[in-house]
Amino acid sequence: MAFTFAAFCYMLSLVLCAALIFFAIWHIIAFDELRTDFKSPIDQCNPVHARERLRNIERICFLLRKLVLPEYSIHSLFCIMFLCAQEWLTLGLNVPLVFYHFWRYFHCPADSSELAYDPPAVMNADTLSYCQKEAWCKLAFYLLSFFYYLYCMIYTLVSS
Amino acid sequence: MSAPAGIPPRSAAVPGGARAPAAAARPPPCQNGPVQNQMQFPFGYGLHLENYSASSGHYPPVPHEAVPSQLNNQYVADYHSACYSIPVQSVMTTSVGPSMLNTQQLYSGAPHPVESAGGLTQGAISSASHLHTSVPQSYSAVSSHYSSSTSSSVASQGFPLSSGRYAMPTVSSAVYPNLSYPSMSVGSPYGQVFTSQSLPAVGQFEETNTFPDQSSTVPRTLQQQVPLGYNSTSWSTSDFQSAQDNFSRNNTGSLAKASNQINTVGIVDSSHPVSQNVQFTKPGVETSVVSSAVTSSIRTPVGDHLTEPASVPSNTQPSESLLQEAIDSSSTTSSASPVINNYDALEGGGYPETNSAASSPAPTPQTSRTPKPFGYGYPTLQPGYQNATPSTSAMQPSNPGHHSGFQQYPQQYPGVNQLSSTLGGLSLQHSQQPESLRPVNLTQDRNILPVSPVLAPVPNLNSDLRKLNCSPDSFRCTLTNIPQTQALLNKAKLPLGLLLHPFRDLTQLPVITSSTIVRCRSCRTYINPFVSFIDQRRWKCNLCYRVNDVPEEFMYNPLTRSYGEPHKRPEVQNSTVEFIASSDYMLRPPQPAVYLFVLDVSHNAVEAGYLTIVCQSLLENLDKLPGDSRTRIGFITFDSTVQFYNLQEGLSQPQMLIVSDIDDVFLPTPDSLLVNLHESKELIKDLLNALPTMFINTRETHSALGPALQAAFKLMSPTGGRISVFQSQLPSLGAGLLHSREDPNQRSSTKVVQHLGPATDFYKKLALDCSGQQTAVDLFLLSSQYSDLASLACMSKYSAGCIYYYPSFHHSHNPAQAEKLQKDLKRYLTRKIGFEAVMRIRCTKGLSIHTFHGNFFVRSTDLLSLANVNPDAGFAVQMSIEESLTDTSLVCFQTALLYTSSKGERRIRVHTLCLPVVTSLADVYAGADVQAAVCLLANMAVDRSVSSSLSDARDALVNAVVDSLSAYISTASNLQQSSLIAPNSLRLFPLYVLALLKQKAFRTGTSTRLDDRIYAMCQIKSQPLVHLMKMIHPSLYRIDRLTNEGAIHVNDRVVPQPPLQKLSAEKLTREGAFLMDCGSIFYIWIGKSCDNSFIKDVLGYPNYASVPQKLTQLPELDTLSSERARSFISWLRDSRPLNPVLQLIKDESPAKTDFFQHLVEDRTEAAFSYYEFLLHIQQQICK
Repeated sequence: MAFTFAAFCYMLSLVLCAALIFFAIWHIIAFDELRTDFKSPIDQCNPVHARERLRNIERICFLLRKLVLPEYSIHSLFCIMFLCAQEWLTLGLNVPLVFYHFWRYFHCPADSSELAYDPPAVMNADTLSYCQKEAWCKLAFYLLSFFYYLYCMIYTLVSS
Repeated sequence: MSAPAGIPPRSAAVPGGARAPAAAARPPPCQNGPVQNQMQFPFGYGLHLENYSASSGHYPPVPHEAVPSQLNNQYVADYHSACYSIPVQSVMTTSVGPSMLNTQQLYSGAPHPVESAGGLTQGAISSASHLHTSVPQSYSAVSSHYSSSTSSSVASQGFPLSSGRYAMPTVSSAVYPNLSYPSMSVGSPYGQVFTSQSLPAVGQFEETNTFPDQSSTVPRTLQQQVPLGYNSTSWSTSDFQSAQDNFSRNNTGSLAKASNQINTVGIVDSSHPVSQNVQFTKPGVETSVVSSAVTSSIRTPVGDHLTEPASVPSNTQPSESLLQEAIDSSSTTSSASPVINNYDALEGGGYPETNSAASSPAPTPQTSRTPKPFGYGYPTLQPGYQNATPSTSAMQPSNPGHHSGFQQYPQQYPGVNQLSSTLGGLSLQHSQQPESLRPVNLTQDRNILPVSPVLAPVPNLNSDLRKLNCSPDSFRCTLTNIPQTQALLNKAKLPLGLLLHPFRDLTQLPVITSSTIVRCRSCRTYINPFVSFIDQRRWKCNLCYRVNDVPEEFMYNPLTRSYGEPHKRPEVQNSTVEFIASSDYMLRPPQPAVYLFVLDVSHNAVEAGYLTIVCQSLLENLDKLPGDSRTRIGFITFDSTVQFYNLQEGLSQPQMLIVSDIDDVFLPTPDSLLVNLHESKELIKDLLNALPTMFINTRETHSALGPALQAAFKLMSPTGGRISVFQSQLPSLGAGLLHSREDPNQRSSTKVVQHLGPATDFYKKLALDCSGQQTAVDLFLLSSQYSDLASLACMSKYSAGCIYYYPSFHHSHNPAQAEKLQKDLKRYLTRKIGFEAVMRIRCTKGLSIHTFHGNFFVRSTDLLSLANVNPDAGFAVQMSIEESLTDTSLVCFQTALLYTSSKGERRIRVHTLCLPVVTSLADVYAGADVQAAVCLLANMAVDRSVSSSLSDARDALVNAVVDSLSAYISTASNLQQSSLIAPNSLRLFPLYVLALLKQKAFRTGTSTRLDDRIYAMCQIKSQPLVHLMKMIHPSLYRIDRLTNEGAIHVNDRVVPQPPLQKLSAEKLTREGAFLMDCGSIFYIWIGKSCDNSFIKDVLGYPNYASVPQKLTQLPELDTLSSERARSFISWLRDSRPLNPVLQLIKDESPAKTDFFQHLVEDRTEAAFSYYEFLLHIQQQICK
């Protein structure tokens, strides 16, 4: 039993993975909030409510935008650490998501990247359902990987 | 007089009347006039008869009197018992004035519907008054005989004037508009009725009315035929009719006086029942009660009558004012054909196309229609495709039951499930292939373009539902047969979506006021013609299938004034209705109309000279701006600083306040920048007169658009309203400054087109802020160089504004653009406007809407937030089928647009569309609406080119054709594979897609300025279908030899209808002159060796060489060909809201590329010809 770099990587990634799980859950809640307007239809049509609702949407979108980079960078950090620790299997499991993140980040529709998650685009039902699915998938992935890291951490700690 | 003779004597054939006590004495239908009618009247009504003939002595039997009377008789025989036919007779002699009054009283008498009916009428009138522009348009589109039916349907839809609790009183009260109603109070309606009729005052009034009656015209008789089955219709029609005559021919003032007189007399009358006639009428009363027991099922009429008189006297005032309003509105619009005009004015909305459908039901279908089961839908499938209306005889068996009374009425609703299950298996038989499925060999058939404009396919519904269905101009679906499952839709490879034009100018629109708006309790759908009534007290929602209760108030039908006929309410009879919303629908008081103009006054702008045009247009239209007494207006100008104008009432002249701190712009004074239009009108006029010269010597070249917009937003945020921004260059100072992104060398690149998206999100954020404050930003971009429309357009896109772009605008160098600006402004300033609007689109459970296209902000997944809504805005939505639609044979879509009118009323406009569900692929193809599909694809392609790339979008467009045609070919296995086959419904699909690929928005290889491209994209997103189709595929006509062959008549003008030509140079000849209608612009191309007589007679020049290069108007020459050409062009113009500019192009002029770029079937250096495109598709399919 020894405290190797690999073990350290897994310990750190456990903690960070918890943060990612939190992000994913937050995303799901945020998209749900965007999707449903918990007001009676008559209230929805009320201009005063309209203003609140719009502010709400903008705030959520603003936060979503803020969370994009931390999430992507945390996940990239994993991969770099696993690369260094030569944990090829774990790295292999994470690489697809890294590529997906890269694609998401650089395949930005608009000319400037600040327009990711901009309210009019996100509010499109199509986009919204896509984002929601993405968030659920990520949540599942992070949860599974959390337990996988836990197992691997114990395994490396015990075996070496 | 001769017209009614053609009507089959239906009453004799209808068994319903036989049950009435007086059936034996029912008058056979007579063609000749009132006199004979009277002679044949039943013995039981001898007293009436006497009475009647006496009164008819007062009324000279004017020709047109006879017509309705006969109709009435028929009606009566059909629906009730013959006894009521007598009172009916006098309808035509009385005039509208009093009848309106009377109705008003009626309403106030009835407990609930009082306000509803009264308000309704008023609402209709008021809506008319601010619809100046719409009236002439729709009107001209209608041909003359058509228009007569229009007007009658107006009455049937909008005006529940003659309505009452019971069918029987309906007749009588409608008959005697001269205050028959008060008499009801005594409990002997007929006696009173006659009393009031024989009053001297009536006679006096009569005198004013007799003359107009004599001048009955053909349209009128037609009109009166129409309402055969629709009793209330005929009343209100004829009432309005005569009112119309009065207003147009008599002295208005005297009429008002006369009717007032009568009114008072009537009231006196009601309080002191006059004795003479009462005893005569008693028997009549008794019988009427008896028969009413037969006809109306639940309530006994007498009791209700008794409750009503109390409120009568109090109602004189409103009714008078109502009359006055009616007079006003009719007098403003009466012109060449007063009949329709008047209705237009009164109704304030309408779609001529559907009128015939809504208005001309024969009596039998009418009665059988009312229960409105899903049932008849499918058995008539086959005829439906052949456009034959299902025979009315099929409906007739159900009628006797209906006539006998409403007790049997629940039986008439067949179980929906039961029916749909039996009908589920029905589909098209291929042995008898419908026209829309006829295979067309595209590569061989060279003339696929029809000679007349392409019409929207008619959904394959039974004739009743089809009549009720929403006009395709407002609401269109890409597939008029909805596939049952997503799998089937995927197989068909056609886009599924809706094209909406919800706020279209309508000449005729039923406006409904009631304290409760009936909606489904779970999905909040508004009650519509396609719901099913399970029994009298319950209805089943057609979107979510929940069973709802019919509210008590809804049981009363203001249209027929009868109780217990919820299925006859206007909401259930019209698929397009407008509700005046109750206070539930607003938490803050409705906002006033607020207009803010933000004008660029930098050097560039002054040089272009747009200010003169804008100020001039504003001055001209200041009084026509939609609004009420609260209307406010303000001005901001900007160059490198922002200038505000203090227009506070009491100032001697406008004050300019300059804010030069553009980094943190503030409002110099909190109020008095937005001022009341009426109070400060003089100051505003002063300012508008001064503005064009004020900046004439400016040297300031910078433009601080961003700060000016921020200031405008601050100014508008307390109220909301409309900001109109006029910008002439790239904003270069302060927030939101932009840099030129266009590389001129890349304009004709075939590869990547960049910068289709915004450069900054400043404008988007601003638009969202504005949207939150119910403010829309409309952008007028008048620039000569690149101005980054992609970024600027965001300010309008997300705040539900509109965008106008005038490339290379200059007031003198480019007169065509100047004229266009002028015309656009006129329309822009005077058109209807709705503030703080929201729109929601609902659809039958199983379908889901996932993407919206248009200018708006999606606030929650199905709610579109529209700060402003204008009549020229179109929307598109994409749909998918989430659950298969196995348990239904019909699907419905409902658009509800809630807005604040410029008069400060909260209104809801509801459109409902009903479409059949099909199970076979062939049916899906048969129902494809190629124009709608192309417009939806264009919208999707715009999104794709912004989010991905232009080439992706182009590929997607081509693939859409390839996929759908190959899917079709694979289903029709018997076709030879070698040729390119399309179903007839889709035969224009490749052509339209090719046209789209050559459209400015999507073309590559041809030099296209980025702003032009972006503007075309904005237009695709926000134009309604009709305009968009003209943009994509213009119409080409040869106009040098117009003939009257197939000409139509509009307003006494002969409009020639030249055949549509293929958009190909092969159709152009040097000898001819051609007109191309591109929606917003008309090109007239003249060949080199064009006939001199055409040039002389139409253009007014001696020969080809002397025709100037820039000609924007056809001279008014007194020759036949000139008249024809002008009437054709003005007919085309009248059919659309924007007044297109005319541009004459000579064959050798440099402007001819503008013309030739629209010839989409020809090959260009960068794009396929139509034939090559077909071969390309074929190649792709075979791959």
